[in-house]
Amino acid sequence: MPEFLEHYLSLAAKAIFIENILLAYFLGMCSFLGLSNKVETASGIGKAVIFVNTITVPLNWFIKNYLLDPGALTWTGIAAFANVDLRFLTFIAFIATIAAAVQLVEMVIDRFSPSLYNQLGIFLPLIAVNCAILGSSIFMQQRDYTFPEAVVFASSSGFGFYLAILTMSTIRYKLRYSKIPNGLKGLGITMILTGLLAIAFLSFSGINL
Amino acid sequence: MLRNKIFTDPLMDNNPITRQVLGICSALAVTVKVELAIVMTLALTFVLTMSNTLVSIFRKQIPHNVRIIVQLTIIASLVVLADLMLKGFMYDVSKELSVFVALIITNCIVLGRADGFAMNNNVKDSFIDGFANSLGYGIILVLVAIFREFLGSGTIYGITIFPESLYANGYIDNGLMLLAPGAFIVLGLIIWVQRTVTGFVEE
Repeated sequence: MPEFLEHYLSLAAKAIFIENILLAYFLGMCSFLGLSNKVETASGIGKAVIFVNTITVPLNWFIKNYLLDPGALTWTGIAAFANVDLRFLTFIAFIATIAAAVQLVEMVIDRFSPSLYNQLGIFLPLIAVNCAILGSSIFMQQRDYTFPEAVVFASSSGFGFYLAILTMSTIRYKLRYSKIPNGLKGLGITMILTGLLAIAFLSFSGINL
Repeated sequence: MLRNKIFTDPLMDNNPITRQVLGICSALAVTVKVELAIVMTLALTFVLTMSNTLVSIFRKQIPHNVRIIVQLTIIASLVVLADLMLKGFMYDVSKELSVFVALIITNCIVLGRADGFAMNNNVKDSFIDGFANSLGYGIILVLVAIFREFLGSGTIYGITIFPESLYANGYIDNGLMLLAPGAFIVLGLIIWVQRTVTGFVEE
């Protein structure tokens, strides 16, 4: 296998299984807990996360490299901008990009693909405030990914979220027929099951591609 | 609503984490050590109290359809402030908290309270609500952290609890508590206890 392909494959495997954004970094818990009741909803939000993540992380990569980093503004050709460091604006710039991108994506798919809109539509506004999306962008910034790395990381961490929420929704489907102590119903048992799921995902940690 | 109720409700009956299911991400991630949990609570208290107050001050000026973006901008600016303060005064702790201070922006408690409470209530009530919700959040956070640090590293707030002789006789700290699954399970059990006490049953 060519070396670069191997590199991206190992990055993807790491983001999906070993450092699963939900089970290892706890990002996106709100939508995970709120929307894992039904398999259809879970799969809808999961797909929407993959979709939005793959768009926003590369977008934020451009923001980071051509706007925020020290010396990023050299492309403007204005000498005074060469040493400007705008990194203190990172969070505001990222969340603004995400919110705007989500709005835009919603309008575009509403116009061009009604069937996709029916699937993802109601989930898109929720996603703007999903920690997994902002978290992926911030990880991209912290780990200094190159552009292709950012794209691979974004889609595979989205896929990791999809996998986790889909698994959870199927487990909760089974759970409807079990007898659970009153106080543990709902949130409590879901947390404990997520813990068990996270233990299962820990077993991937030995894998080294 | 009575002022007292606004303050006491989020502490127990309507706790943001165990009852409203908001802000779980950070509750799990920063609870490896009690110190981290306390610093995180302080940062959140600052952001939530200020954002609730500011949103409430401007609630009549904010147009309804762009309210989320306006609220996010207010919150994000406050988080930048909190992050810079942490970096300036507590550099080591802020390193350990890594992305989770930044993620206060998307912490559902902050946006949830801004949109759900501050948009419809006066400044004083919103201030109290913000403060009380951070306190309710902090209680659960510190509780989870105490269990995880105690069982995982044998210390509480960095102070060793077990005597050396215990380790000499073969006691081993439970490393699982420091990993992600430990957080989920401890929080799950705390939710169980809390809901049994308050008598809340989810259908």
